[in-house]
Amino acid sequence: MLTKDQIAQRIAKEVKNGQYINLGIGIPTLVANYIPDNLEVVLQSENGLLGIGPFPTEDQIDPDLINAGKQTVTMAKGSSLFNSAESFGMIRGGHVHLTILGAMEVSENGDISNWKIPGKMVKGMGGAMDLVASADNIIVAMQHCSRSGESKLLPECSLPITGIRCVKKIVTDLAVLEISPAGGFILKERAPGVTVEEIKQMTAGKLIIEGEIPEMIF
Amino acid sequence: MINKTVKNAREAVADIPSNCMLMMGGFGLTGIPENCISALLEKDITGLTIVSNNAGVDDFGIGLLLKKRMVKKMISSYVGENAEFERQLLSGELEVDLIPQGTLAERVRAGGAGIPAFFTPAGVGTEVAEGKESREFDGKMYLLESWLKADFSIVKAWKGDTAGNLIFKGTARNFNPIMAAAGKICIAEVEELVEAGELDPNQIHTPGIYVQRIFQGVNYEKRIEQRTVSK
Repeated sequence: MLTKDQIAQRIAKEVKNGQYINLGIGIPTLVANYIPDNLEVVLQSENGLLGIGPFPTEDQIDPDLINAGKQTVTMAKGSSLFNSAESFGMIRGGHVHLTILGAMEVSENGDISNWKIPGKMVKGMGGAMDLVASADNIIVAMQHCSRSGESKLLPECSLPITGIRCVKKIVTDLAVLEISPAGGFILKERAPGVTVEEIKQMTAGKLIIEGEIPEMIF
Repeated sequence: MINKTVKNAREAVADIPSNCMLMMGGFGLTGIPENCISALLEKDITGLTIVSNNAGVDDFGIGLLLKKRMVKKMISSYVGENAEFERQLLSGELEVDLIPQGTLAERVRAGGAGIPAFFTPAGVGTEVAEGKESREFDGKMYLLESWLKADFSIVKAWKGDTAGNLIFKGTARNFNPIMAAAGKICIAEVEELVEAGELDPNQIHTPGIYVQRIFQGVNYEKRIEQRTVSK
């Protein structure tokens, strides 16, 4: 099984040179640590920054410069700043190439739930609904199962939906899967040491297994 | 040039009544109008509807207005990190309207720009779509969303001049410029107020036409929610 950092490391392999990328809170934020130095990419923060740099040193901290997770950040070379309407304009307008975010559940047709648990305090969807409704390329980073061992890859989401038919790829602690346009999770890779049988048991939605499933390479 | 200067936060918010609709700039605690929030706390008003991306934290920002029970309703996209907010919401003392962040921003922008409604893909197929008109464009579904306007919008800028022109710094810009345009009366507090003519017109983010009152703020705390440093 992969650690959170290994999930991030595997997702970083999906990043291509020249992409503008929005990283969600949690595991997605870690992806930035694993993007190879030879790739030129720009990270977008929906609170109004293109070109997120590394976290600041103590003496670089600027309270007027935070990411969407409200963490202090720096600006990369060549970055730009803008207001919230412009920020979501670039998101909805399809100018951001890749969105990586966490999820509570994903369904076999690519629906995602990640904003609300009935009966629990509702904190809000933030920018998640705008991001999933707009991006052409959405990768989900999450654990394959909930803490209580329930599969998070389902025939249909049981929690309130954030967006419909939008997820393209999922990287979990057990596997890399793609959403089939016809419905179903296509198993592409296994985490080191995890068997296809184990992934089958942990996947409640339709799992599509074609041929030999390779182990992930980092 | 029309002089928009008022003396301080107290004078700027003096005529804000109970039961009105306010917009407040800021994302998290970055770029919030600290001085005006303090001045509002001194007033004896209630029943406010506040449009703001977040609701502050328990002891800072809009959280202070909530604690004093001045707020009837919040219109926001994300309201975590606030225990008093949660208590009031669960007890029914506070209403909250949660809106996707990009839809919130565009509704505010539309309000300031005279566009009564627009179609957006955010929220299609979710509970946000309930009761809303939807329409297909080029094979994809979109929801009809309407503009948001306020009686007062309260914004915070880095620099401003007596004509109301504003320049923001870093990600403290966020909702501030669009809210400036969407309030009938926009109050701007700035870290540095200069005479008209001293700011480079090429660098202005918010033209003075949107701003009715401006003052030099004092004692900015600029609290950090998630102090994160490189190892």
